[in-house]
Amino acid sequence: MSGEILASSSAVDMTVGQFQPQQERGQRAVFCGLTSIIWMHRKIQDAFFLVVGSRTCAHLIQSAAGVMIFAEPRFGTAILGDRDLAGMADCNEELDRVVAQVLDRRPELKTIFLVGSCPSEVIKLDLDNAAQRLSKEYSGGVRFVSFSGSGIETTFTQGEDSCLSALVPSLPQRDSDQPQLLVVGTLPDIVEDQFRRLFVQIGIDCVEFFPGRSSTDLPAVGMNTQILLAQPYLGETLRALQGRGAHYIPAPFPVGVEGTAAWFHAAGAAFGITKERVEASLEAPKARAIKALSSYRDELAGRRFAMLPDSQLEIPLARFLSRECAMTPVEIGTPYFDAAVMEAEIPLLPANVSWVEGQDLDPALSRIRAAKPDLTVCGLGIANPLEAEGLRTKWSIELLFSPIQGFEQAADLAELFARPLRREAKLEVGAWS
Amino acid sequence: MELTLWTYEGPPHVGAIRIAASMRDVHLVLHAPQGDTYADLLFTMIERDGKRPPVTYTTFQARDLGASTAEKFLGTLQSAYEHHKPKLILVADSCTAELIQDQPGTLAQTAGLPIPVVPLEMAAYSRKENWGASETFYHLVRALLGSQQGVSSTPIPREAGALPTVNLLGPTKLGFRCRDDVREIVRLLESAGIGVNVVAPLGAGIDDLMRIPEADANICLHPEIAMTTCGWLERTFKQKTVKTVPLGYGATRDFLAELSEVLAYPIDIDGLSECHLPWYSRSVDSTYLTGKRVYVYGDGSHVVAAARVAQREMGFDVVGLGTYSREMAREVRGVAKELGVEALISDNHLAVEHAISELRPELVLGTQMERHIAKRLGVGCAVISTPAHVQDYPARYSPQMGFEGANVLFDTWVHPLIMGLEEHLLHMFRDDFEFNDNAVPSHLAHGDGTLKEVEHPEEGGSAEANLRWDPGAERELKKIPFFVRGKARRNTEQYALDHGLSAIDIETLYEAKAHYSR
Repeated sequence: MSGEILASSSAVDMTVGQFQPQQERGQRAVFCGLTSIIWMHRKIQDAFFLVVGSRTCAHLIQSAAGVMIFAEPRFGTAILGDRDLAGMADCNEELDRVVAQVLDRRPELKTIFLVGSCPSEVIKLDLDNAAQRLSKEYSGGVRFVSFSGSGIETTFTQGEDSCLSALVPSLPQRDSDQPQLLVVGTLPDIVEDQFRRLFVQIGIDCVEFFPGRSSTDLPAVGMNTQILLAQPYLGETLRALQGRGAHYIPAPFPVGVEGTAAWFHAAGAAFGITKERVEASLEAPKARAIKALSSYRDELAGRRFAMLPDSQLEIPLARFLSRECAMTPVEIGTPYFDAAVMEAEIPLLPANVSWVEGQDLDPALSRIRAAKPDLTVCGLGIANPLEAEGLRTKWSIELLFSPIQGFEQAADLAELFARPLRREAKLEVGAWS
Repeated sequence: MELTLWTYEGPPHVGAIRIAASMRDVHLVLHAPQGDTYADLLFTMIERDGKRPPVTYTTFQARDLGASTAEKFLGTLQSAYEHHKPKLILVADSCTAELIQDQPGTLAQTAGLPIPVVPLEMAAYSRKENWGASETFYHLVRALLGSQQGVSSTPIPREAGALPTVNLLGPTKLGFRCRDDVREIVRLLESAGIGVNVVAPLGAGIDDLMRIPEADANICLHPEIAMTTCGWLERTFKQKTVKTVPLGYGATRDFLAELSEVLAYPIDIDGLSECHLPWYSRSVDSTYLTGKRVYVYGDGSHVVAAARVAQREMGFDVVGLGTYSREMAREVRGVAKELGVEALISDNHLAVEHAISELRPELVLGTQMERHIAKRLGVGCAVISTPAHVQDYPARYSPQMGFEGANVLFDTWVHPLIMGLEEHLLHMFRDDFEFNDNAVPSHLAHGDGTLKEVEHPEEGGSAEANLRWDPGAERELKKIPFFVRGKARRNTEQYALDHGLSAIDIETLYEAKAHYSR
C-alpha cells in the first residue's frame, strides 16, 4: 500500500463490534427499491421489470430516471385501479393480460420480473405465486421472478439486493471441485471487463459476475464458490448465496485505489495466490490510478464533507474521501448498516466522525446548516435547496449511475466530488458563500 | 390493472404538493411510505426550486405497519408544525396510506393544533395529478372562505371611478410557463386599467386567499386547476368567471372582450394588441407554413388553444389532436369536430404514439413525451404543455399567454421547421458537391436529429417490406430533396399498397405524386 495514500489516515482500528452509529427514526428522504430498476434494466438487457403498483410507482421511476431517456423502456407499471382494489377484477387474470401485452410488444424477452410495491404488499397480492404460475404457463419460453421493490420493505439500492436474492434459488448447482470466484453486484460492463482481466492476471481464471449481462446467463453456485461483493448493499443476497454453500471473502469495497487493491488482495488470499503475485499484477493500474488521483487530492485535501443517507455506499465512500483524498468527514448518514458486509471497512474508518443510521430529515438538515461542510453528498430533492442556502453539494444518485469502482475509475470518482468545488471557484455570478 | 410505460400525470397527491409548494404559509403533511419523497425532486430539479416543497412525509415502513402508523402520523404532524410553523396545514394520504385507512385528516383535526387543518381526500386509484391540485385548491379556498358565506354573497359595488379588479386563479409550480404567463397577463391587465387583486395559488399566502372575494371577477387562467374553485366562488360570492384562456393572438383578444363584458368596463382591445404574430404570419416567407401537417397533444386547455393558433394563426393543418385531461374531453372533442379530425382522449402514450405515426404529421406540438416520439419518427416537435423537462423552464422570459406569448409561440413552433428561404436554397444547391444529404439548415446545425430522413419507419409493417423498388425508381427518389424524401417514399408505398402493386417503378412514383397532390 502506498505510503502517500495512507498519510492522512487517522483510523483508530475500530472493530465492527465497536462501531455503533447513532440510530435515527423520522422522515426519510430516500428513494424506494423500485429505483434500482433504473440501473438493473440497463445491465440485464433481455429482461423486463414489471412493477405491480400505483401511478406513484410509475411516476417515481420516470422522475428518478431523469424523465424518459428511452422511447420505450424495458420497465413498466401495471397500475392498480379501483376495480382491482374492490375485488371486482381478478388480479391474477389482470396480471396475465398485462404480461401478455408486454410480451406482445417484446416477444424476445427471456425474463419478466414481477416487482412488488407498497400498494401490492399492503393488499397482500401474492406475486411469488403469480410468478410460479406464469413460469409454468410460458414454460421454457419466459421465466418469471418476483421480488419486492416497495418502500415499506426496501430502501433505494436494497431493490437490487431483493432482486438478486430472488434469483439465487434459480442459480444452477455447481459440483465442480475447482474453486470459482463469484463477483456479486451490478457493475457497469466496462468495469466488469477491467476486473475480469485483472483476475486472470492474478491467476484466478474461474471468475463469474452476478448479475450477468443477460438474464439467462446465471452462474452456477456451490461449496467451492467464493463470493466477493462489488456493492455494499447486498447483505440478503450474500446470505442467500451462503445458504447455497458459497463462502464469503470479507473485503473492503473496490472504491478508490486502496479499496480496490485490498479487494483484489482478499480474493488472491482466498485463492492461495501469493501477495507478491497479486501486487505485481496490480502494480501498473495502481500506479496509474495514484497518479491520476493526485491532482484531485490537492483540490480536495482538508475540505470538510457530510453525507446524507442514500445508498449504503456512504461508508466505503467516506473511507475513500478521508484516506485517499484527505478530506474531513463531519457527519455520515447511511440508510442501513449491515455489519456482516462492512467488517473489513470499519477498521479503515476515520475517528471523530458522527455516524448516523436511518434518518430524521429536518434535524439532520439543521445540523448540516450549523456545521457548514464544504461539500454535502445528498439526494436530488435536497441538493438545490442546500445550494440556494450557500452550501456546495454532490448529488448522490450519480454515484450509482456512473462507473466509480476500480483503479481506472478512482480519479473519476474523486472528480465527481471536486467538480462542485471547482465550479464554485470559477463562477463570478450568484450568491454562493 | 393498466400497463403504463410512461405517465403524463403523477398521482393526485403530487397535485396537492404543487398547491402547497406554490404558496406561502402552507405546509402539507403527507401520510406516505418511504420513497414517496421522490416528489421533492420534481420541484428542485425540474423547476430548479431553491427550497424544498413544504411537505413532511411520514415515510412509514413495514415495521410501522406492525405497530401503529396512526401514531407515526400524529408524531410527524406535531414535529412538522413545530419545525416549520406554518399558518395552515393540509393533510393527505398517498396511494399506499389510502389503503391502510388511518384517516389522517380526522386524526389531524382532533390533534389540537392552534392553526387551521384542512383534510384532503385524494382518490389515488381513480384520479390523477391535475385533479389532485384542483381539489386541494378548492378545499383550501373553501376552508378559508366558507365562513364568509352569506356575509358578502352579493358583489361589493365598485366605488365610482375606482378601478375594477380581478383575481388570477390557477397558476402553480410545475405548470407550463406559469411564472412568465402571470407576469404577462398582469402587465396586460394593468395596461387595460384593471387591477389585480390576488394571484393564486402561485406566490399567494393565506391572507391573500382571504381577500379573494374583494375582486370583481375571477380569471380562470388554468381550468384544470382552478375551474372547480371558480365555480364555487361564483356560486358563493357572485364573482363572475372569465373563462377564455388568453393563449394565442385571437384568444387573447377574445379574453379581453370577455373581460370587458364581465366587468362592464371598456377595454381598447386594438390599442392593446401589440403583437408581431399577425404580420410574421402574413410575411411571404411564412407561405411555406401553409398546410404543414400538425399533431397537437397535451393538457386540455393548452391543446384547445394551440389547435386554434396552429390552424387559424399560423396556417397549419391540424391533422389530429388529443389530451390526457379527461376533465377537458368535451372541450377538446368540440375543437376536433370543428376541425373535422378525430380527438384522442387517452393518457396512454402508446396510443398517442400510434396516432402520430399513423397521421404522419410534419410537426408535433406536444409534451416532453411527444418530443421523444417525434424524435424517433424524425419529425420536428415543440413542447406546449406539461409534463415538461428542465429545458422547458427557461431562464429567459418566455410566456405562452398574452400578446408576447403569441410571439413566443410563433418563434417556438417555426423553429423545428425549415425556414422558408432556406427551403429554396436547399432546392437550388442540392446538386452542389459541397452540399450533401446530411447538410441541415444552419440554425439546426448541431444535429438535434429533427430532420433526419426516416427511410424505413418501424411501424411501416410487413406489407411495405414486401414492396420492391425498381432501381430506376430508387434513383429517381434520391433526386427528391432529403427532407421530403421520407414522405415521398411512404406515400408511394402507400399508393402501391392501395393499388395492389408489388413493385414500384418511376411511373408508380409519379402516379403517387399526382395522387397525393390532389
